[in-house]
Amino acid sequence: MLKTKTIKPAASGGLLDRRSFLLSGIALSSAYSLKALSASKAGEGRIDTDMPVWAKTPGHNDVEYGLPSEHEKHIKRIQAKNTPETSTFSMWHTPIENQRGIITPNGLHFSVNHNGIPEIDPQQHTLRIHGLVGRPLKFDMESLLRYPMVSAIHFLECAGNTAPNAVSLTALDQDCQELYGQISGAEWSGIPLKYLLKEAGIKPEAKWVIVEGADGGSHARSIPLEKLMDDAIVALYQNGERLRPSQGYPMRLLLPGWEGNTNVKWLTRLEVTDTPAYTKDESGLYSDILDSGEIQRFSFTMDVKSVITHPSGKQTLPDKKGFYEISGLAWSGHGKIKHVEVSADEGKTWAKAHLEGLVLSKSLTRFTIPWRWDGSATTLLSRATDEHGRVQPTRDQWRKKYASYSFNHYNGIQAWHINSDGRVENRYV
Amino acid sequence: MFNKWRAQASIVLLLLLSVFSLPAFTEESITDLGLPLSSLEISKHAITIFPDGSNLPEGQGSVLEGKALYQSKCMMCHGEKGIEGPAARLAGSDGWFSFSDPLRILRIDKNPVLLISVGGLWPHATTIFDYTRRAMPHFAPKSLADNEVYALTAYILYLNGLVHKDLILNKQNLVKVSMPGKERSVVAWPE
Ligand code: HEC
Repeated sequence: MLKTKTIKPAASGGLLDRRSFLLSGIALSSAYSLKALSASKAGEGRIDTDMPVWAKTPGHNDVEYGLPSEHEKHIKRIQAKNTPETSTFSMWHTPIENQRGIITPNGLHFSVNHNGIPEIDPQQHTLRIHGLVGRPLKFDMESLLRYPMVSAIHFLECAGNTAPNAVSLTALDQDCQELYGQISGAEWSGIPLKYLLKEAGIKPEAKWVIVEGADGGSHARSIPLEKLMDDAIVALYQNGERLRPSQGYPMRLLLPGWEGNTNVKWLTRLEVTDTPAYTKDESGLYSDILDSGEIQRFSFTMDVKSVITHPSGKQTLPDKKGFYEISGLAWSGHGKIKHVEVSADEGKTWAKAHLEGLVLSKSLTRFTIPWRWDGSATTLLSRATDEHGRVQPTRDQWRKKYASYSFNHYNGIQAWHINSDGRVENRYV
Repeated sequence: MFNKWRAQASIVLLLLLSVFSLPAFTEESITDLGLPLSSLEISKHAITIFPDGSNLPEGQGSVLEGKALYQSKCMMCHGEKGIEGPAARLAGSDGWFSFSDPLRILRIDKNPVLLISVGGLWPHATTIFDYTRRAMPHFAPKSLADNEVYALTAYILYLNGLVHKDLILNKQNLVKVSMPGKERSVVAWPE
C-alpha cells in the first residue's frame, strides 16, 4: 500500500525524506498477497505444480574456486582504448555501476599496467631496503608472512579517473564504467611499512623513498618518508586472498588516499634518500598542468569526490515514472566522508543523502536517497563533503584551476541528465 | 652469580652498541627477520639515476649513434620526429596545439597521451636516461647497454633542440643540460 501522503519531500524534483519514507511502509513489501492453493482431492496434491525446474531437481556440486553466476557474466571489466595498441600499457575499468556496498570483487578491481603484468615466482621475489638506512636489508616472502599484519578498507583511484570530463569540451555520452571505472574499494591486509623501515634503521637526513616494482618497466615513484611511516601498508592480501597478479602479486605498496600510480605493484625495492628522483611518472604523465602553465608535481592525495551509480550514464530507467532509490559512492583521500548532498533539479535544491553502512577514512562510502521520478526530464547531481570540510567543486571551478589539457585529479560534481524517455546521459552543468 | 650475569649482559650490551652506534635510529624495531643486504647486491639493483647525476654509469654515446638506434628501436612507436606517436611524445611542447606539429589535434584524438611531452614537461635530462634504461624499448626493457642509453638520450635531447648534433653525451655533460620543464615546476608536497 502506498501511503504517499505521509512521505515528506527532502528537496524538490522528487527527492524523498528517508525517515518518513521508511515509516510509511513503502519499504516493506507492498504486494503482500497469498496465492490460493489449487484445489485438488485430499491427499493427491503435490507441491511441484507451480515450482521452477531448479526447485525440482538436485543441484550440481561446488567447485574449488567459485565463479559468479552464468547470469552475471556480462558484469566485467572493459579495457579503455586510449593507450597505444603497439604497447603493453593497458587500463582496465571497473563496472562501478554494478557494485553495491563499498567492496569491489577482486576480479573486477580496476588496473592500470604500464608495462604488462609480470608473472612473479614468490619464492624468487625479494624486497630490498637500502640507501639512508643503518642496515640495508632484504626480505623473502616466507619471513614477510611472519610479520605483524593489519587490515584496512580503502579505495584506490587512478589520478586519471574521469579524465574525459576534465578535458572534453562537450560531455561525452559515456557510462559510469568508462568515466569512473578507475576507482575500486577493497580490504587490504599486510605489514605496516614502518616496521620494515624501522628494522633497517632510518637515518635522520632521510626524507624520501624511491619505491620500485619488479615489472618489466621497473615502475618507480618517489614517496615522502612521512607518508610511509604513517599509514603505508605492504599489502599481501586483498579481500581475504593473496593479491591477484594484476594487483601486484606477491606484494604491493598501499598508500591510503593517494593516487593509484604511487601504490607501486610488484614491490621489490625501497631506496631511502633525502631527495625525490623525478622518475618518469613524476616528470610528465602524473603531473598537473595549472592554468598558469606551471607544472604541478607530487600532488599525491585524491581529493573529495562522488558519483551517483544508480542510475547513471547510458542506463534507461525501466519505468517512465515512479519510485527509485538513488545510490552512489563518495570518497576522499583526506579522510572520512561527512555528508553527500543530492539534487534532483539540476542543483536548485539539495537534500542530504543517507550514508549507508561503513563510513571509513579514505574508503568508498555508499550513499542512498529515495526518489520518486515524475517522468519529466531532469538532472541528478551529487556533492560530497569530507570531515575536513573539503567540498567537491563544480566542473567550472575545477577547470579554472588547470590548463585545458590537464586531465589528472579531476573531482568535479557529476551531472546525470534524465531524459523524459528515461535515458541517462553524462552532462556538464 | 648475579654479578656474573650482569657482567655478561653488559658485554653483550657493549657489543650491540658498537655494532649499531653509527646510525641514529629514530625508534627501536621489534622485528628482526630481514637479512643483511650486501653492497654488491645493492649495486646490482640500484638503477635509479638522480637529478644531480648521482648513480649515472661510466660510458658515452653520440647524437649520431642515437639516431641510428632510435630509427631501429624506437621510431615504430614514437614516430620519426618523436611527436607522431602512437606512444608518448618525446619532443616538442605539451598541450593541444603546436606549430611544429600541425596535425597534433588529430593525433591526440587517437592517442590522448600525446597531450604530454618529454621535451615540454620533464624537468631533468637524467630521467630520460633512467627511464630509457629501465623500461625501453617497451617490448624489450633493460636490453640496452649504457653507451646505447647515452646515445638515445643524446638523440632525444637533440630532437628537442636542447643539444648540438655533434654532442657526445656522458655523465658529466648530461647533468648540465637544462630542460624547459624545470622552470615551470611547482611542487604540491608538502600540502
Ligand atoms: C612497442 C612500442 C614502443 C617502443 C618500441 C618504444 N617505446 Fe618508448 N614508450 C612506449 C609507451 C607505450 C610509452 C608510455 C609508457 C607509459 O606511460 O608507461 C613509452 C614511453 C617512453 C618515454 C617516456 C615518455 C613520457 O612522456 O612518459 C620515453 C623517454 C621513451 N618511451 C623512450 C623510448 C626509447 C628511447 C625507445 C627506443 C629504445 C622507445 N621508447 C621504444 C612505447 C614504445
